[in-house]
Amino acid sequence: MMIPGVDGFMYPNEVELQWSILIVLYPYITGLVAGAFILASLERVFKVEAVRPTYRLALLTALAFLLVAPLPLQLHLGHPERSFEMYLTPHTSSAMAMFGFVYLWYLTVVLLLEIWLDYRADIVHMSKTTTGVTRLVYKVLTLGSDNVSEAARRVDDKVGYVITVIGIPSAFMLHGYVGFIFGSVKANPWWSTPLMPVVFLFSAMVSGIAAVLVLYMAAMKVKRLPIDMRCVDTIAKYLFYTFVIDFTLEMLDLIHRTYEADESFRSLDFMVHTRLWASHVLLQIGAGTVVPLLLLAATQLRRFAPGARKAIYSITSCLILVGIFAMRWNVVIGGQLFSKSFLGYTSYKMGLVTREGLLPAVALMLLPFAIFFVLIKLLPPWQHSEANAAD
Amino acid sequence: MEMNRRDLFRIGGKLLVLASAGATLEQIMGSEPAPEAYKMADHWWGMIVDIDKCIGCGSCVRACSNENQVPNGYFRTWVERYEVPEGYVNPIVTSPEGAINGFPLPKPTNFKAFFVPKLCNHCADSPCTQVCPVGATFVSPDGVVLVDKEYCLGCRYCVQACPYGCRYLHPETETVDKCTLCYHRITKGLTTACCENCPTQARQLVDFKNPKDPVHEFLRTHKVSVLKPQMATEAKVYYNNLDGAVR
Repeated sequence: MMIPGVDGFMYPNEVELQWSILIVLYPYITGLVAGAFILASLERVFKVEAVRPTYRLALLTALAFLLVAPLPLQLHLGHPERSFEMYLTPHTSSAMAMFGFVYLWYLTVVLLLEIWLDYRADIVHMSKTTTGVTRLVYKVLTLGSDNVSEAARRVDDKVGYVITVIGIPSAFMLHGYVGFIFGSVKANPWWSTPLMPVVFLFSAMVSGIAAVLVLYMAAMKVKRLPIDMRCVDTIAKYLFYTFVIDFTLEMLDLIHRTYEADESFRSLDFMVHTRLWASHVLLQIGAGTVVPLLLLAATQLRRFAPGARKAIYSITSCLILVGIFAMRWNVVIGGQLFSKSFLGYTSYKMGLVTREGLLPAVALMLLPFAIFFVLIKLLPPWQHSEANAAD
Repeated sequence: MEMNRRDLFRIGGKLLVLASAGATLEQIMGSEPAPEAYKMADHWWGMIVDIDKCIGCGSCVRACSNENQVPNGYFRTWVERYEVPEGYVNPIVTSPEGAINGFPLPKPTNFKAFFVPKLCNHCADSPCTQVCPVGATFVSPDGVVLVDKEYCLGCRYCVQACPYGCRYLHPETETVDKCTLCYHRITKGLTTACCENCPTQARQLVDFKNPKDPVHEFLRTHKVSVLKPQMATEAKVYYNNLDGAVR
C-alpha cells in the first residue's frame, strides 16, 4: 500500500517529521546572534576602528534576535509548561539540557551587560533630559547608577572590554553548541559529523555579519544619512574571509562524504539530487554561496564605484541570508527526509496556520525586527555616526 | 434427635455467620502466601526473535496495539517483509500499516524472503536516554527503556537519536511513547502481549539475570545478532539467523 509522500520504505514511525520549520528557525536565529556579536567584538577587542559605526547596531541586532531565539523551541515542545525543568533537573548527558544555561549566560552576562555598560552614559543623560514615561523608563534603565564621571566611564570601558573578551568564546559556544546538538546524533548520518559545530559557527558568523551589513545600509538609507564606505568595505572584507572558511569547511564535508561513501551515501546522494535539489544545490550552494562569494571576491579584486559596491553588498548580504536559511533548512528538514533504513524517503508537510506552521514561523521571524525597532528608538545606535557626520 | 424446620434455620444461620466471619478474616489475613515481591535488581530483560519462525501474521502488532492502546498510525512493534533479489544493492522491504493486518499474499518470485519483527531494542547504552534534556526517558534497573510521560517535554530529541525508528510522539499526550516491554505485565510474572500472542513463538521474552532462563542455552547454540551492531547501543533484542540485508 502506498503512503502519500513516501517513496521506498520508511520505518512506520518515521513517516511524519518530528522537527519542523520552527527548529529550522532556532539555529538560524542563534546564528544571527552569534555572528552579529562577533562583528561587534571586531571593533571592541580587535580594534578594527573602521567598523565602529556598526558596533552598537550589531549589539542591538544580537539582542533583538536573542530575545526571540527560545520562542520557536517553546512553541515546538509538546509540553512547553515543563520546559523550566531543564533548569531544575537538567540531564547532564544531554546536549540539549545545556541550552537554558548557555542561553541565560549569553543573554545576561554577555549581551545585556555589555549593552548596558556601553549605553550607560547615554541612559543617564536621557533620564535627565526627557520627561514623563520616557524619563521613568530611562530612570529604571540606569539601575540607580548615575555616576558618569571620567573615572566611572573608564571603569565601564574596562569592564565592557573584559565582557567582550568573555563574549567571544561565549558566542562561539552558543552556536558551536547548536551544531553539536545535531552533529552528535550518531543515528543520523546526515547530521553526525564532528565538523557540524564548526560549520555552524562559521555559517553563523557569515549570516550575522551579512545581517548587520544590510541593516546598517538600510538604516542609513531610512535616516537619509551617508553610508560610511570605509566601514562597509571593511565589513565586506571580513565577510569574504569568513565566508571562504565557511565554504571550505562545507566543501570539505561534502568531499569527505563523497570520497568515503559509507553505507548512507547512496541514500543521501539520491536525496540531494531529488528532494533537496532546489533547497540544497540551487539555493544553498548556488544562489546562497557561489554567487555571493564571487561577488564579494570581485569587490576584493576590483575597485568598483561606491554606488556599485553598495549594490553588490546589499545583494550579497540578502543572498547570504537566504542561503544560510536554506542551509539550516537542509540540515534540519533534510536530516529527516530519508529513512534510517536508507531504503526510502518521506516528505515534509508544512502546515499554514498550525502551531508549527508557516504563519507562526513568519511571525517569529518578523518579531526580532519589531524588537529591533523598539530598541533603536530606546537606545539610538547611530550617535557616533551622527557625531562623525556633524564633525 | 429430631430437627424441625425452625432448628434447621437457626443452626444454618449460625453456620452462615461463622462461615462469612471466617471468610472475611481470611480475606484480611490473606489465605494464600503473598506472591514474591518483584525486585528490579534481580532481572535484566530482553527478547529473542527467531526470524525463521516468524510467519508475518501480525498477531504481535495487534496484541501490542490492543494491550497498550497504541494510537492509530504509530507502532510500538511492527513486522517488515524482506525480499532480497540476488545481485541488488538494496532489499525490497514492505510493512503495510506496520503489518497490523499481516501481509497480502506475495507475488511468486525466486527472491530470498523473510519477515523481521521490530520493537524497541531496550539498549543498555541507549542513545535515546542519553539525549533527553530532563531525563524523562531512562533505562530501568531491570533493563527496560521507559518514558515518564508526566515529565517528558515532548522535544523529540530522543526520536531523532533512536537508530531503529522505535519512538513517536503520542498525538494525545504530546509526550514520547514507545515499547515498554509490557512492563505492567512482566513485573507481575507475565510475558509481553506480543510474545503471548505469537502463534509460532518467534518472539520470546528473556531474563538474562535468571540462570534458569532458556536464553542462555539458546545463545550458546545459535548464531544470533542485533540490529545495526555498528551503533554500539548494547541492544538486548537478539535475532536468530538475521540476514545481512536487514536494516
